[in-house]
Amino acid sequence: MPETIVIIGAGQAGAQAVQSLRAEGFDGPITMVGDEAYPPYQRPPLSKAYLLGSFERPRLFLKADNYYAETGCELLLNTSARAIHRAERTVELTDGRKLAYDKLLLTTGAQVRKLKCPGADLPGIHYLKTIADVDGLQAVFQAGKRIAIVGGGYIGLEVAAVGAKRGLDVTVFEAMDRLMARAVSPQLSSFYAAEHQKAGVKLKLHTGVQAFEGNGKVERIIAGGQSYDTDIVLVGIGVVPCDELATHAGLASEDGIVVDQNARTGDPHIWAAGDCTRHVGREGHSLRLECVQNAIDQAKHAALAMVGKPKTYSEVPWFWSDQYDLKLQIAGLARPSDTLVLRGDPAARKFAVFHLRDGVVAAVEAVNAAPEYLMGKKWVGEGRKIAPQMLADTSIPMKQMA
Amino acid sequence: MNKAKYKVTYIEDSGKAHTVEVAEGWSLMEGAVKHLIPGIDADCGGACACATCQVYVAPEWQAKLPPRSDMEETMLDFAPDVRPGSRLSCQLRMSAELDGIVLHLPKSQH
Repeated sequence: MPETIVIIGAGQAGAQAVQSLRAEGFDGPITMVGDEAYPPYQRPPLSKAYLLGSFERPRLFLKADNYYAETGCELLLNTSARAIHRAERTVELTDGRKLAYDKLLLTTGAQVRKLKCPGADLPGIHYLKTIADVDGLQAVFQAGKRIAIVGGGYIGLEVAAVGAKRGLDVTVFEAMDRLMARAVSPQLSSFYAAEHQKAGVKLKLHTGVQAFEGNGKVERIIAGGQSYDTDIVLVGIGVVPCDELATHAGLASEDGIVVDQNARTGDPHIWAAGDCTRHVGREGHSLRLECVQNAIDQAKHAALAMVGKPKTYSEVPWFWSDQYDLKLQIAGLARPSDTLVLRGDPAARKFAVFHLRDGVVAAVEAVNAAPEYLMGKKWVGEGRKIAPQMLADTSIPMKQMA
Repeated sequence: MNKAKYKVTYIEDSGKAHTVEVAEGWSLMEGAVKHLIPGIDADCGGACACATCQVYVAPEWQAKLPPRSDMEETMLDFAPDVRPGSRLSCQLRMSAELDGIVLHLPKSQH
């Protein structure tokens, strides 16, 4: 009897796991359970080209329509799991059905962090995580409308850029004193703040939101003690891992299902991958990564371990964000104590910030600078030392420093 | 939205050929990924952010393609085993003119 694998969560990690399991020779039945109406799709375009309308829905899907059927993966959509019964190795679905597994993979992802202030449940307050969310926002996302964006992170700023391009009146409210504070260096924050202001986006930094008001729908946002009229609100204040299923089954979670370097949980029959997990990264620290890279690479490692070919997960994390005509690409994880080296001229809208730790390249942030990003990512992986004066010297091509 | 579809043949490094249909306007990377052609990773999903969708365009088809953008050029600079016919397939859009195009895939994208 071939083993049966059940995957809970039909996102990027789940789809990657199916592909990798088959590529690694697993030929038993796979069932993938997803609570959305759609088969696995790419989320990154949702806040970018898909919202802009330049990327139609069918292109979001990660695989061809017939892929799952052809590869022998049963896809249960609009379906949620209620419980994992570890002793009998079954997953109980909310419709009462039970799925037996030999091996279980949790790719449950993350859900948006919700605002809990007065008025937070008024109609007209949007979040952005799913196709359905964007379709809902799309319906009101029209030129001339005022949109208040809560959160100056990737999602908020990508939507701000699309909004400005589409002719909306955009205001971003950020509680911290700079944009993308969790993700990028202060240099990048300042650069992006200036770019958004140039595009007509109003930035309210250090401005926490206290409440929303309105008659039957949101009409005002109260932030930093002031009231602002608005037509639409979009909240992008981060995500929380979907770990309830795991914790209810007694699996460890510390703001993320705890997995080892083979993506295995404390139960030898259960793995987890992607946004829902917490693992010890390549630098020895426990971390939760919310990104495509982690979804793909951790799912690949889970698949390898599930077919008995475990390999240590130590890939360099990478991220990207598209705002206006600026492509931000980041590799590695920066720390505030890193020494920063600027290469190129931000005024030319093409530059990179290298983060050195004891002389070793620990991270790179590149804006419209693919060579710096690609070479930097390689160096981070190798732990290479590069002289700062060489890095800063744009007369030396990146390739020459290889 | 029923778009015209055209044929693309992807040839793996091993010589195994896959002929599939790709909708007009879609990228040749998407055509490969959605049909699960091995040899194209395209980790970033087509954002020109990862350089893992390199293909080698057969000589007779090269002239029919738009020239490489600066971004594509620099990304390719760092891809392994780049040849004169190298392109990032995420940057190539399917059209009637490309019906029947033949793309060879590298041994590895990394």
